[in-house]
Amino acid sequence: MSTLLRLARTGVGRRRVQTLVIALASMMAVTASVLGGSLLVASNAPFDHAFARGHGAHLTVQYDAAKATADQLAATTRVTGVTAAAGPFRTATVDPAPGAGLDLPAGMKLSPMRLVGRAEAGGPVDQVSLLAGHWAAGPGQLVASADYSGAQLTVGQQLRVGATELTVVGVARSVSATADGWVTPDQAVTLGGVPGWQLLYRFAQAGAGADLAADRAAVTAAAPAGAAVGSRGWLDVKAGNTKSTGLFLPFLTAFGLLGLGMSVLIVGNVVAGAVGSGTRRIGILKAIGLTPAQVVGAYLVQALVPAAAGTLVGAVLGNVGAGAVLSGAEQVYGTSSLSVAPWVDAAVVAGTLLLVAGTAFAAALRAGRLRTVEALAVGRTPKAGRGRAATRIAVRLPLPRPVTLGLARPFARPARSLAMVSAVLLGTVAVTFAFGLGSSLQRIQQAKQSTADVTVIGALPPGAAGPPGSGPGNSSGNVAGNATRSGDTAAMLAAIQAQPGTSAVFGTAHTEVGAVGTTGSVAVTAFLGDASWGGFQLVAGRWFHGAGEAVAPTGFLTATGTRIGDTVTVTDHGQQLRVRISGEAFSTQNDGLALLTDAATLAAAEPDLEADLFYVALKHGTDPDAYTDALNTALAPTGARAETGGGGGASQLLIVLDSLTALLTLMLIAVAGLGVLNAVVLDTRDRVRDLGVAKALGMTPRQTVATVLASVALIGLAGGVAGVPVGVWLQHLVVPAMAHSAGLRLPPAILSVYGPVDLLPLLLGGPLLALLGALLPATWAARTRTAVALRTE
Amino acid sequence: MTEPVIQVSGASKEFDDGQAALREVSLTVAPGEAVAVLGPSGSGKSTLLNLVAGLDRPSRGTVTVAGIRVDTLNEAGAARFRRQKIGMVFQFFNLLDDLTVLDNVVLPAELTGTSRSVARRRAGELLDTLGIAKHARAYPGRLSGGERQRVAVARALMNRPALLLADEPTGALDSASGAEVEGLLNELHQEGQTIVLVTHDLALAEACATRTVRIVDGRIASDTLNSAAMTPSAAPAASKSTAVAR
Repeated sequence: MSTLLRLARTGVGRRRVQTLVIALASMMAVTASVLGGSLLVASNAPFDHAFARGHGAHLTVQYDAAKATADQLAATTRVTGVTAAAGPFRTATVDPAPGAGLDLPAGMKLSPMRLVGRAEAGGPVDQVSLLAGHWAAGPGQLVASADYSGAQLTVGQQLRVGATELTVVGVARSVSATADGWVTPDQAVTLGGVPGWQLLYRFAQAGAGADLAADRAAVTAAAPAGAAVGSRGWLDVKAGNTKSTGLFLPFLTAFGLLGLGMSVLIVGNVVAGAVGSGTRRIGILKAIGLTPAQVVGAYLVQALVPAAAGTLVGAVLGNVGAGAVLSGAEQVYGTSSLSVAPWVDAAVVAGTLLLVAGTAFAAALRAGRLRTVEALAVGRTPKAGRGRAATRIAVRLPLPRPVTLGLARPFARPARSLAMVSAVLLGTVAVTFAFGLGSSLQRIQQAKQSTADVTVIGALPPGAAGPPGSGPGNSSGNVAGNATRSGDTAAMLAAIQAQPGTSAVFGTAHTEVGAVGTTGSVAVTAFLGDASWGGFQLVAGRWFHGAGEAVAPTGFLTATGTRIGDTVTVTDHGQQLRVRISGEAFSTQNDGLALLTDAATLAAAEPDLEADLFYVALKHGTDPDAYTDALNTALAPTGARAETGGGGGASQLLIVLDSLTALLTLMLIAVAGLGVLNAVVLDTRDRVRDLGVAKALGMTPRQTVATVLASVALIGLAGGVAGVPVGVWLQHLVVPAMAHSAGLRLPPAILSVYGPVDLLPLLLGGPLLALLGALLPATWAARTRTAVALRTE
Repeated sequence: MTEPVIQVSGASKEFDDGQAALREVSLTVAPGEAVAVLGPSGSGKSTLLNLVAGLDRPSRGTVTVAGIRVDTLNEAGAARFRRQKIGMVFQFFNLLDDLTVLDNVVLPAELTGTSRSVARRRAGELLDTLGIAKHARAYPGRLSGGERQRVAVARALMNRPALLLADEPTGALDSASGAEVEGLLNELHQEGQTIVLVTHDLALAEACATRTVRIVDGRIASDTLNSAAMTPSAAPAASKSTAVAR
């Protein structure tokens, strides 16, 4: 074994704590980075590949067939910037009913379908992938979209649209999500429903939202005025496809960066500490003939060995974690099989090792440059004069002397103290951020429920998708048919109102409509009664006032390109209804493609719409459990049942996010604590002789512990005070970014989670972390035999 | 009969590697005695000092100092014992470099919980007595070796110890400074301070001690009274300067 390796090996052996800390810090950084990097790649790659392969549409525009002809619309494809176009295709938005071979549970019905008349699957834009069967070749034939939200249609099943029978002859997928199904162009004209034209465009510049907005403005300006009734850009489609994995990215990035910061800090501190406390050893090594390069090399290897081990373990953990998350995301892409890209592993491992090597090199360079004669003479005593002013002040404080001795200590080693402050700061940032993230997720979960004391669920047919959880914030992404209640609504309402303890009640009915600018259906929650007390959160605007107004989630507003104050046209059972948007609601229902409105808004199309859920507020002092029991007795004849609370269950995704946050935070806290421990170990070793002197003069073990702990108290306080605002800032940065990935905007109440009662423990978390990190070396210092300490050089 | 300050009975000390540093050593020191423990390097004299100071425990035998069984004390008990009964002077002074002279001297008193004002008054008297009051606010690094050792002696006397232990107190000093310290120890002894002095310097032992104990290979080779050194009873009346040190 070469001298260099032997020196490095003995260095690793002599500094077990530092070695462990470097390994853990590297592991933490790599785990988070591999997770984040893998999800980033995996969430983008399948869609990007499919989009490129299928010549996906950068923009899908829906035109009103009554206001534009095919020739007029063809002119829009010659606008500057358009590189390819397909259409115009005739469209029909219809309400299908199940036909032969398609059995739905009683009480269920199919969602509206936007059918597009296309002669072939291919073309210059949006080449539809046929997954089963063949393309529609004649009347009565339908190619169903695999992404149709109404039901999973298969070849051979039949649908009825008015008097027309449509047989499913194929199942296909459009990467641009341009339709719920395809028929022949002639069939699209004869089907009835709401007629329209669809045009698909590709542009030279469409990479950013601003590009797309300009493109949209250019093509719609070329069409007759008012003809364009809706559009959808490819970035929205992509966001919808990647949101399940994209949601993880912002916070994994935050944790990855915190981990990397911690790694750099700890590696730098450990190597600098090893150089600082090993000055005499370095002097001896140089005196016996080692070159500066060999000395630097020895310290470099000493840092890289544990870093490499930690990096490899971190890569394995990152792969395992990413695999678990991606397995759930595979469903988003259908047949695609997602796995961690090997180059992500390679890049993260190499990057981390390079970072560690660079940091270690910078610190080890000092060892190489140290003059031999100085190294031998200086030993490891701090430079005289450092921290004396602090000591002068500290000894005048009305505190026990062991404490004042410790309080002044950080000023004797400012660089090391700064590293300790940074470690505590990063730990505090992680805890503060994790607390904020967890609280925000908790509030998102709460926002999915109403503030009702009791929820009454109508009797539903077996197999029907239903409550609880059908409230405005329900995250169910698939409205698999519209459940109609089978209970007696009037009897239910009468029973609720007659029940002693009832303060207020409103009902909700659920249906689906089509909306211009969207493909698939829009889930509508129609309220019967005053729901303003229901606790439904708004991002902006106000709750609706009566018929003709609605609040809509961000997803709906984005998809339809509408803003608060705009009026949108929705199609309900063939009737076009105009609805004014009065507010932006926070809701994840149907991936944000939803509307919340008064039932009267839909009265023209659905006069018999009845509530399937009732939300009840109780009078003050009423016991919810006793009330629920009594109400259930009264509701028994209707088949409905009452439950305490506002409905809604825990989201699996939020549970995963919470668990991952907790895991990464614990890892960061552990590494931060180890960083402090490492620094205090170095510091205690440096001053073991001073402690020995104090012990010889009569300092008890408890006083020794107090001295060492006091030496990190100020450091912990500084790290805590600085870390909390950074953690709050990070939460305000990351949580909205996560929401953006999921196509949501958050109400202020979900973001502002830090109250004074929460901040105080977080501020104290810094000192606590520092004290915990210093406890072990403090105990070691207290136990060190005085005679041994006095002999220590 | 006056109770001895130090009573070591059959004390042996073996280190973890099995090497014996002390073998069946017995020693009694009466109050007011100044005993020099003499011996070559590695003879076991510092080990004996550590046992008496409660810095280490004997493998066998007992050590009683000022009526306290030091060998049975735990770490905290030994610390309290040292701060109340022992003053220590080291070869390399062992002053804390980041504390001023005054703060170094008051440290043992403050560890016992003595109020700062009382401790500072006592420290001021000691520094004045030892002729280093003008350096009270200086840092040890700026003082000469002799001055530093005076500071160490002042610190050792801060809690009025029953026993002053000095480990090669002139070993790191030039001859002039060594003579200063030698005079200081003599004066303290005249005041009635019990002193155990560990040294390999025969001249220092003869000048400062009333009795010399020679240790060779962990055993007491000889234990003789010095004729040259002054005994407290034979000494002239205590000088004004050292009287305050008691």
